[in-house]
Amino acid sequence: MYLDNSATTQISKEVLEEMMPYLTEEFGNPSTLYSIGRESKKALEQARQRIADSINAKKDEIIFTSGGSESDNLAIKGLAFKLRKKGNHIITSEIEHPAVKQTLYFLESLDFKVTYLPVYENGLIKIEDLKEAITPETILITIMHGNNEIGTLQPIEEIGKIAHENGIIFHTDAVQTFGKVEIDVEKQNIDLLSVSSHKINGPKGVGAIYIKKGIRLVPLIHGGGQERGIRAGTENVAGIVGFGKAAEIATSKLDEHAEKLSKIRDEIVEKVLDTIPESYLNGDKDQRLPNIANLRFTAIEGESLILLLDAKGYQASTGSACSSNTLEASPVLTALGLDPVDVHGSLRISLAPESDEFDVDEFVNVLSEAVARLREMSPLWNQELDYDGVMCRKHDECRRC
Amino acid sequence: MNYSEKVMDHFANPRNCEKMEDPDGVGTVGNPTCGDLMTIYIKVEDDVITDISFQTFGCGAAIATSSMITEIAVGKTLDEALNISRNDVAEELDGLPPVKMHCSNLAADGLKAAIENYYETHQQS
Repeated sequence: MYLDNSATTQISKEVLEEMMPYLTEEFGNPSTLYSIGRESKKALEQARQRIADSINAKKDEIIFTSGGSESDNLAIKGLAFKLRKKGNHIITSEIEHPAVKQTLYFLESLDFKVTYLPVYENGLIKIEDLKEAITPETILITIMHGNNEIGTLQPIEEIGKIAHENGIIFHTDAVQTFGKVEIDVEKQNIDLLSVSSHKINGPKGVGAIYIKKGIRLVPLIHGGGQERGIRAGTENVAGIVGFGKAAEIATSKLDEHAEKLSKIRDEIVEKVLDTIPESYLNGDKDQRLPNIANLRFTAIEGESLILLLDAKGYQASTGSACSSNTLEASPVLTALGLDPVDVHGSLRISLAPESDEFDVDEFVNVLSEAVARLREMSPLWNQELDYDGVMCRKHDECRRC
Repeated sequence: MNYSEKVMDHFANPRNCEKMEDPDGVGTVGNPTCGDLMTIYIKVEDDVITDISFQTFGCGAAIATSSMITEIAVGKTLDEALNISRNDVAEELDGLPPVKMHCSNLAADGLKAAIENYYETHQQS
């Protein structure tokens, strides 16, 4: 059972069917004038309309990109470069996706100033902190909609309102929320929004950015003038068509899916907290995506847990440093104020609409056995071990020790 | 993260994984903040390791290296056991992912700590 849908999802059958003609006979370049090119152009514009409809935007406010990371880069760098004469200050949160965080680190190297708002134990920022951080130099507030690890939802409507009261542009990374919770760019005061296809049963390598009419961005990719000159390069027509279809399905079934998935999510959380001792839910209990639950278990390490679950046929993920290529513990969980040892014991379960075949009791049994087994092996479980005194020996190169 | 079959075997079926009652030497190494903490227990008779076990909090590699060193060290003299290196453990496991060579490959250090603890607590007069 695949429980890592926040990492990526499977392309749905309907999406693939819609894409197939554009991977085969309808291969025309949408920028050309003859009939096969016009067919591609028509498909491209239909997809654009579908994305626009799903967030209450206008068609010409949607630009296709290669995915969420590119959309974030374009929004943040594109705006920063455009408005650098107006100001050099950007406000964000401590728990942004690396596509936002690393982009801001890059801008800091170019003398932009960035304020990282803290999140509290529930994973949410405080509006008062945001108000206090605003300066006359602030040109952009970029705060994610739903967090990719813990699934918490930031109060974006209010953030956008404050941004506009102060004449500041508001960008939100909605990669995890698009197609899962309602997005209305008008109502929620959003100026720039990043979305991605492969998180909603669409193909990889496609995303979009919503750019509110009137806002200008400096392009990242210069070239042949595609996408109104904002993003050059011959369009990934088949991918975009698939994205459009995936967005249409996700949006039309949004309430149905949200209800179904939040029920499964709540059942998992409730049963885990009931049956596994010293297990906890990470992030706010209510302000969260319907499809993500992030749990943690005392005295065990997440990579081991992932391997044991995989051996039983369940794929999920962890914020443990040991499972990442950089050996860095999850900055999101660390920002919640968790003990670093507890960050290692975290497990993210993320569902998709096709998860309804899921037997929660069976999964919780497997999880419970895996946790018990690792605890039996762990010197940290039920033992009086003063590990503060224990340090790595001869490990001066270790970044954490 | 690609682990060898041997690593996966020792992770899934760890050898000698238990807390030892009345060990002659105990060594704990690692740092739980880094995600790896390992305790090695030994029994010693006539300078030979007659029994060895471990408890480990950590990733797949940390558990597999702990398990492997118990197989390598049992029956060895203390001097021989002190010569077991981190690389020996990794080689016996058909290699470890490069990123794991440092942080999770603690078993040789754990064994050394246990032997040192044995010497400290069993000094001959």
